[in-house]
Formats: sequence, structure tokens, C-alpha cells
Amino acid sequence: MTINMGPQHPSTHGVLRVALELDGETIVACKPIIGYLHTGMEKQAEYKTYTQSIPQTDRMDYISPMSNNLAFCLAAEKILGVEPPARVQAIRVLLAELTRISSHAVWMGTHAIDIGALTVFWYTFREREKVLSIYDHVAGARMTSSYFRVGGLSRDIPEGFLDRCEKFVDEMPAHIDEYESLLTKNPIWIARTQGVALLSAKDAVAWGVTGPSLRGSGVNYDIRKAEPYSGYDTYQFDVPVGRDGDAYSRYVVRCAEMRESVKIAKQAIQRIRELGEFGPYRVRDFKYVLPPKEEVKTSMEALIHHFKIVAHGFFPPVGEAYSAVEAPKGELGFYMVSDGSPRPWRMKVRSPSFINLQALPLMVQGRMIADVIAAIGSIDIVLGEVDR
Amino acid sequence: MADTRDPKPFRTLASIPAPRELVMPKSEEENLYEEVERGVLFTKVESMVGWAMNQARANAIWPLGFGLACCAIEMMAIAGPRFDVSRFGAEVFRGSPRQADLMIVAGRVSIKMAPVVRQLYEQMPDPKWVIAMGACSSCGGVFNNYAILQGVDKIVPVDVYVPGCPPRPEALLHGIMKLQEKILLSRPELGPIPRRRLKKKGVA
Repeated sequence: MTINMGPQHPSTHGVLRVALELDGETIVACKPIIGYLHTGMEKQAEYKTYTQSIPQTDRMDYISPMSNNLAFCLAAEKILGVEPPARVQAIRVLLAELTRISSHAVWMGTHAIDIGALTVFWYTFREREKVLSIYDHVAGARMTSSYFRVGGLSRDIPEGFLDRCEKFVDEMPAHIDEYESLLTKNPIWIARTQGVALLSAKDAVAWGVTGPSLRGSGVNYDIRKAEPYSGYDTYQFDVPVGRDGDAYSRYVVRCAEMRESVKIAKQAIQRIRELGEFGPYRVRDFKYVLPPKEEVKTSMEALIHHFKIVAHGFFPPVGEAYSAVEAPKGELGFYMVSDGSPRPWRMKVRSPSFINLQALPLMVQGRMIADVIAAIGSIDIVLGEVDR
Repeated sequence: MADTRDPKPFRTLASIPAPRELVMPKSEEENLYEEVERGVLFTKVESMVGWAMNQARANAIWPLGFGLACCAIEMMAIAGPRFDVSRFGAEVFRGSPRQADLMIVAGRVSIKMAPVVRQLYEQMPDPKWVIAMGACSSCGGVFNNYAILQGVDKIVPVDVYVPGCPPRPEALLHGIMKLQEKILLSRPELGPIPRRRLKKKGVA
């Protein structure tokens, strides 16, 4: 018998459709059908300047907008050959780690709802709201922040921002304890996730699975360690690795990752304080980056640069670049080809959700229908990023 | 459009001024009659039924738990602890369109998804309402390209548009309150009338 799950289903995390071939209640074959949220972002990026494309990246993985902004900006900066100042990198790291906490919080709440534990949702969304208020404070938008720019940030951090972040990261470990007290030893949770959605380390590597889903299978691979960007090699943190490769060990890995993110965020806050709470937030390379407003008003040259960048966009050198970050879901990479015009000739996104989703049939083969829900939840996909 | 009808479609006997007459001591039986009359309402059946139905429909909206993109996360946030849509009686998100009467189109509708959205709308029982949440479902938003439907109102009738990209949860709550106002102004006592005729009359 073949049954259809989705595209409207309360627990497919968006508009994923899964065609399941069944023998009784056992799954013989599973085929994810995607494309119900195809937005044409890669194509649209070819018609927009680099700066105009940044808001699109927010809407790809809309649960972790800052990571997507970061990946895009790093790829563009690689083509330009600019590197933002250390203070900007620390701010980026701080926001990327807060994003990881909020993304994992959303994942935990929705995954628990799918499995039948509604309570966790109310706890995790409480903390997510705090992260969103921080975004609101720094960027002016709750979800689609578009805060990072090629070569820096869109504006400096506001007053009181670091205190606010500090308060949040100080109280976060206690909240993670709360989540764990609801789930870690919960017998229903254990029954629904332990030994479910198994993915061996060999298969995970073969299918290109990355992020917590890969580390849950016991492979120690994290881009922040393997190929550090934004100065991640100067921060002290561990990479949590699971053991069994099931949904439960992915849960354990993500819980531990939230604690590590808190650690990194604390170091980043301290570093920003040392480098100056307020200061330059862009590279001073006015061929690519807008000059400060004060200079535009006083210097003819700055005015011309400002006008050229706003009217045409900047002209990068001919070349191509691939840059990847460790997004909350896995390796998020942007591959860009520049032909020297202010618009990318081609932009390709290596989205972790899309590639992790391909391992779904492997996880549910020979299992029950109810395990499909646990498997989809445990790999933490966002359909906006799968379909783009 | 201003509503010309009496907001309270009933009145009590006590509100009708009685003619002046000699005050006589009342018997116990008469007192009892008076008590009963004070608790009795007089109204036209159809307007009373319409009023009660509107109250019930407006204050217990069951939305369809159906998210498309970014806005769906903000739709989840209104059910969350900070915004708490249950204050407005719309917290019962249903997984099946057969049990829902409000469809919040939360996110961009792709060409591939459009027939599915239409089918979900048709599967919902009457009376039903649609909120287009966000710029994409209202008009296509920033995605003016080959893949995205330029506004969900091309395939389903929309009652309330909520602008924003994505709208803040407060904005969606405001949209739901506007929908409640709209429901309270509707005329269910006229029976199930096709939307086209209602539009001509200027009611819907």
C-alpha cells in the first residue's frame, strides 16, 4: 500500500511531502518529494546586487537568519579579498551562536510536539522570544534581520546590547537544565527516540550529512574546528559527539551544543568589551563598502564612493569562491561566481537541510510509520532551505 | 460600511416605560410574575440566532495548522507563551482542514503548492475565512519571479491581509481581531448565501 504524507501535515515542519510504501505498518520504501516551497532564490540572486541578496538569505533558513547572512557575506568577502576587523568578527560570532541557541530551541519544541510532548514547546519558545528581542534590538527586525553586510555590519551595536546578551547567556544554562529535566530521562521520550532513525557513521559520511545529525552518529566533524572562519580557532569550546546515531543521540548532541554556544557567546562578549563596545563596524575599503556617513558629508571622495555603491553596487574582481559555515543544521555553504559585474553570475547554495533530508529513506526503511515523524524531526530540516 | 442595526437585538420588559397608574400593594403571585418577566427577553427569532451565531463564531475561531514558510514560525509564536492567542479564542490549531474554519496562509505560495492550498480551502467546511499573512501571500513580496504565486488571493478569497515580512505576532493578532469584527457584522440569519451575492449587497 502506498500512502501520502503531506504537503500539509502537522508534523512535517513545512511543506514536505513523503510518499510511503507500506507492508502493513512497516515501511518498505520512503520517497521525499520536495519543491513545494521552491522560491527561485538562486536565480533571483543573479538579478540582484550582492547587498540586495542578503535579505533573501534570511528567508532561506528562517529559523537561523544570522548564520545565513554570515555564510553569504563570507563568500562575498572571499571574492573581494577583504577581511572585517576583529571586533566585527566577534560580534558576528556572538550573534551566530545566539542564533544556534534559538534554532535548537525551536527544533526541540517542535520535535517534542511531533512526538507528543507539548509542554517543551512553551519553555523553548520563551527563550527563543528573548533571542528575537535581541535581534530586534540590534537589527530592527525579529526574524529577518539582514544585519551583516559584505565587509562588516549594517550598523554598530546599540547601547545596552552587550548587557542584554550577557544577561541572556548567564541565565540560559539553567533553562537548558529545565528542558533536559522534561525530556532526557522521560520514559516516553526515550521509547520514541532511542534506537529510532538509526544512521551509521559510514552512511552519514557517504550521504554527506553534516551538523548535529552527523555528530550524533559519532563523527567528530565541525567546520568551526575543521576550517575555522571569523576567528573561531581562537575560542575555547568542545564539539559534542554522540554515540549511537539514533534520534536520541542527536537530541543529546544538540543539548550539549547549546551549552557550548553559551560558552562561545560569553567569550565573544568579553572580546567585544576588550576591543571597544562601540567602534568601527566596517572595513575601510570604500571601493566595496559604504564610507561612514560623517565622511560622506565632508569629503568629496567619500560622497562619490557612496553614490557609486548605492547606485550600481560594487564591482568585485572576476573569480569564484566557496565559503561554508557551521550553521545550526550543518554545513551551509555559498558558492559564488563573479564575472566582474555588480551581480553574481551564479550563486549556488549548499544547504544542509537538503542534503540531510536525503538520508531520510535510509533511516526509516523497515520501521513503523510513527518513526517517520521522529526521523524527520531529528534531522532538523527547514523546507525554506531545502527548496530555496 | 457602518452597521445601521441595533447592536442589542433584544430588549427587556423592564426597559419599556409603564403608564402611570395608582400604586396598589402587590400580591405574592404578582411579584412572582414580575420576577419571571424581568428574566425574559423579547426579540425576533432570526436576529437573535444571528447574533448568537456570530458571537460563537467570532470568539472560537479554529485556525488550520498549516505553515508554508517564515511566517509560519511567527504563527507558532502567537500560540506561544508571550503572545498567547488563546486570549482571543483562536488557539485550537487543527491538523485537518475538516475541523478548521480559518486558514492563515503563512508564507510564500509556490506554483507547485497553489493547487494544494486551493484543495485545503475547499476541504474546509463553511463558514470559512482566510487571512493572508505577510507580504508574500498578500502580493508575492520580494519574490517576483517564476516560482511564486503573486498573492494568494488569485486562488482563494481573502478576508484580511496582514502586511509585514514577516508580520510581528502583534500584527497577526490584530488581523485576527479585525476578522472577528468582520464576523460580528455578517448576517448568518440570511442562510448560506454565495459570496458573490453578498458582495453585491455590500454585506461581506
